[in-house]
Amino acid sequence: MWIYEKKLQYPVRVSTCNPKLAKYLIEQYGGADGELAAALRYLNQRYSIPDKVIGLLTDIGTEEFAHLEMIATMVYKLTKDATLEQLKEAGLDAHYVNHDRALFYNNAAGVPWTAAYIQAKGDPIADLYEDIAAEEKARATYQWIINMSDDPDLNDGLRFLREREIVHAQRFREAVEILKEERDRKKIF
Amino acid sequence: MFTTRKQYYPYISPFDPCPPIRVKTYVTAPNLYLGFQPPNLPQFSPHEALQKGTLWKVFYDPYYSPYEMANKGDYK
Amino acid sequence: MKQLPKEYYELLEQLQAVDFVLVELTLYLDTHPNDYQAIQQFNQFAQKRKQLKKQYEETYGPLQQFGNSYSSYPWNWDDTPWPWQV
Repeated sequence: MWIYEKKLQYPVRVSTCNPKLAKYLIEQYGGADGELAAALRYLNQRYSIPDKVIGLLTDIGTEEFAHLEMIATMVYKLTKDATLEQLKEAGLDAHYVNHDRALFYNNAAGVPWTAAYIQAKGDPIADLYEDIAAEEKARATYQWIINMSDDPDLNDGLRFLREREIVHAQRFREAVEILKEERDRKKIF
Repeated sequence: MFTTRKQYYPYISPFDPCPPIRVKTYVTAPNLYLGFQPPNLPQFSPHEALQKGTLWKVFYDPYYSPYEMANKGDYK
Repeated sequence: MKQLPKEYYELLEQLQAVDFVLVELTLYLDTHPNDYQAIQQFNQFAQKRKQLKKQYEETYGPLQQFGNSYSSYPWNWDDTPWPWQV
């Protein structure tokens, strides 16, 4: 089971009320390479992967939910008391008429999250390569969001999240090496 | 000198309508180079590690926007 | 409305820092199960987090529920602020 902890993984701050940035950030909430997709991808793959890497998928999947909560916090703070005028200017008028200021699992273009974003091939190498790719794509997405943002406090939190993608990709690469079972053996091909 | 920022120069046609971006960059993060992490690599202090997003120095590779680069620079 | 003191943010960040080391060591040990020194460091930090958790909860209320933290009277788990509100 899972136990919720009543604190964020990292102290999230934003400098200004800026719904435009929230519109970009929602990509990492309900987008193809976002934190929801990441968490569900790893926690689903772990049932059909060799025992040696189940722990890693479980732990990274769990950390992704902490990241999802950080993104939610950023979006929440950026839109909390925004006026309708500000929401309209930010291009969130269509969001408003459907959801008010509620968060929703959709991407920056408003496309709702779909399970088609995540793969589970049942082949350990195919699945781990998918996971490495997912981490690199999430890293790139954070870079593009940082490029669009002029909020130093927000970027500080985004840099933390981007760095986590690098570490996760490293661990997934190690998982592949573990499954190759060649680390301690002399290469005699 | 080693950098995790790589460049390339895309082909430019005289018929490209937008003013050309002559140099494109991309990131090759440290995880691409390390291989299986060896034991006892240098660590950050707990507070620094939290602030930087990694316990091990070898993975630290921060990214700054062009906007921030005006002040800090994207390169370490 | 209650406002959180400066000390709250400092203690929270201390806890976040120690917990972050534990997250990092957990992922590392998932792929390096035989690194004795890393396990020693892990256990040291696990002990440190236990102390910090106790200290935090005495002042600011339970961090976890379903019985992983004690409750005072009345039930204080759903007291504000929640993490995204601070």
